[in-house]
Amino acid sequence: MANVFTNIGDWVTERAPNMMPMYRKHMTEYYAPKNFNLWYYFGSLAIVVLVNQIVTGIFLTMNYNPSAAGAFDSVQYIMRDVEWGWLIRYMHSTGASLFFVVVFLHMFRGIMYGSYKKPRELVWLLGMLIFLVLMAEAFMGYVLPWGNMSFWGAKVIVSLFGTIPVIGSTLVEWIMGDFLPADATLNRFFALHVIALPLVLLLLVVLHIAALHEVGSNNPDGVEIKKGPKGNRWDALKPADGIPFHPYYTVKDMFGVGFFLLIAAFIIFFAPTFGGWFLEHDNSIMANNLVTPAEIKPVWYFTPFYAIVRMIPSFAGTAVWGVLAMFGAIAVLFLMPWFDRGQVKSIRYRGTGYKVALGVFVIAFFGLGAVGAGITAEVIPEWFGNVDLTTWENAFGRLMTLLYFGFFAFLWAYTHFGWEKTKPVPDRVTMHD
Amino acid sequence: MTKRQITMKHFLSSAALALGLLVGTMPAHAEGESGLLKSGSDVRDQASLQRGARLFFNYCVGCHSLKYVRYSRIAEDLGLSEQEVMQNLNFTGARFDDPVISHMPAESAGKWFGKAPPDLSLEVSAKSADWVYTYLNSFYLDPHSPIGWNNTALPNAAMPFPLWELQGTQAAVMKPGTDEVEKLELAKPGKLTPAQFQQATRDLTSFLEYTSEPAALQRHHYGIWVLLFLAFFTLLAYMLKKEYWKDVH
Repeated sequence: MANVFTNIGDWVTERAPNMMPMYRKHMTEYYAPKNFNLWYYFGSLAIVVLVNQIVTGIFLTMNYNPSAAGAFDSVQYIMRDVEWGWLIRYMHSTGASLFFVVVFLHMFRGIMYGSYKKPRELVWLLGMLIFLVLMAEAFMGYVLPWGNMSFWGAKVIVSLFGTIPVIGSTLVEWIMGDFLPADATLNRFFALHVIALPLVLLLLVVLHIAALHEVGSNNPDGVEIKKGPKGNRWDALKPADGIPFHPYYTVKDMFGVGFFLLIAAFIIFFAPTFGGWFLEHDNSIMANNLVTPAEIKPVWYFTPFYAIVRMIPSFAGTAVWGVLAMFGAIAVLFLMPWFDRGQVKSIRYRGTGYKVALGVFVIAFFGLGAVGAGITAEVIPEWFGNVDLTTWENAFGRLMTLLYFGFFAFLWAYTHFGWEKTKPVPDRVTMHD
Repeated sequence: MTKRQITMKHFLSSAALALGLLVGTMPAHAEGESGLLKSGSDVRDQASLQRGARLFFNYCVGCHSLKYVRYSRIAEDLGLSEQEVMQNLNFTGARFDDPVISHMPAESAGKWFGKAPPDLSLEVSAKSADWVYTYLNSFYLDPHSPIGWNNTALPNAAMPFPLWELQGTQAAVMKPGTDEVEKLELAKPGKLTPAQFQQATRDLTSFLEYTSEPAALQRHHYGIWVLLFLAFFTLLAYMLKKEYWKDVH
């Protein structure tokens, strides 16, 4: 048997001499720092979820009907009459939410350990592009079941473009292909969701990983292992603190995947709606342009950004500022490598000011999420009694918006003017287990 | 323990705390309005589903369809034979594989009630089991309403109360000096005691919870085995990782 594989290997190598070297470059001879911790699981988990979305998505398209008249019924057909259709759909819908959980944590890891800093700016930029495309992909996917929240969510989000002066309303019609989200909208969102954006996403993922493997992975100590001493058990010229990605991190990630799937399976089998957070009550009602849901809000992963739109008041006769601020909230993330001028990468050796600011940033992100999800609208009257909800919610939401953007402003000033008091970074990576 | 470990732990615990806060607010958030009764419905209780189905086909199907549910599927999932379903539940002459469609013409229904009775296949998904249960327990006689009935869970609902002979009739006790309902009182008892009626509406809610998502039965059936398999897989993967990493220091 081994002989057969060798023969096939030789056959391929004869015709494509660079195949095996490429495998080695990215797997068995890609030397990753040996001190990865829990936070380093989320990259491989994101790939697992991406594959899940593509595979389950293919099976969903076999039974889904992308028309305003048939979409809602076809989803129920999948849930009831298609063999294992319910499992495929729940894997896809749960996967969508978990994709964002994993990606948010992956991004947070990057911020925490300074993985966006030189020489990894390109890795970060490609990652941010993935995040942007992922948001578009998720938004369009959310419209496809054609429930009432799909419809009104689409209407509200697309209408955001209507705030752009002069061309706004034409642009909205152009995006939807109609005056309301309708058959034309559903058709094009389907096309974009199942083929156009996934292709872009896959390309970006390949580039993201290729760019990473050029410079090598960062690690929780923020130490450049390529600049450290050379020579490990496998190669005298490779970093002493590096271990081959395969098999070391493939087996480690396999454990991570198992644990992650345990959580995912629990949700899929025992709480697929996740209390109305992953699948919303109003989406069990077919899209109806005459009946507005009691509260229109996006799915949880968009809530922080949606809150920013709501919190920025319109002035100078236009509401475009909120939309600009929302895109700005993502744009500042793109610019992370240039806001942060500190030389020390990892939070372990950075100044107290940075640690506090990052904590505040996390609070602001969750705070905005609470505003966007309507949690503050429920909690404020409960906790503070008969107060003016709009005033209080705006005060809280605007403070959170300020803190969100304030993080980037602070980070720039803190590092630009040399206020940060860092700790000495060790020469070698440190192991804790 | 070094100082940076504390930092990491601190971050992890604060992330966990934030997640906990989020999850903690979930049920309240998901159910929306407070003040709903707890349905106590259970789709895994087959006897309850059978009783609920009997109630649905005796009292509800006259007006409400379950267009996504087939008679044959009900038979299969509720442990009933084709004969039992066709004789006891199917009063419209539909075939065994047909979906449950009410015979009431939608146009006339619109004229009679002001609004065609909605399909109930997804009612529990669209609202919640607690909402449906509360609704079924909140009808009262209201002389000011055009149909004579009103409901505190859905004020001015265009629906007469079909279960009145079971529950009896409730009357509203108003808050003094207002037209707000303070509470409902049983004015005239029906065939069932209040406890029996609550059980009956619980059964009906369970049945509608089932029609909202028949897959729930499969989910619960397979879920535990999937989790056990994954736990075993994760354990093996962990042991494999330990073995491979023995020489990494």
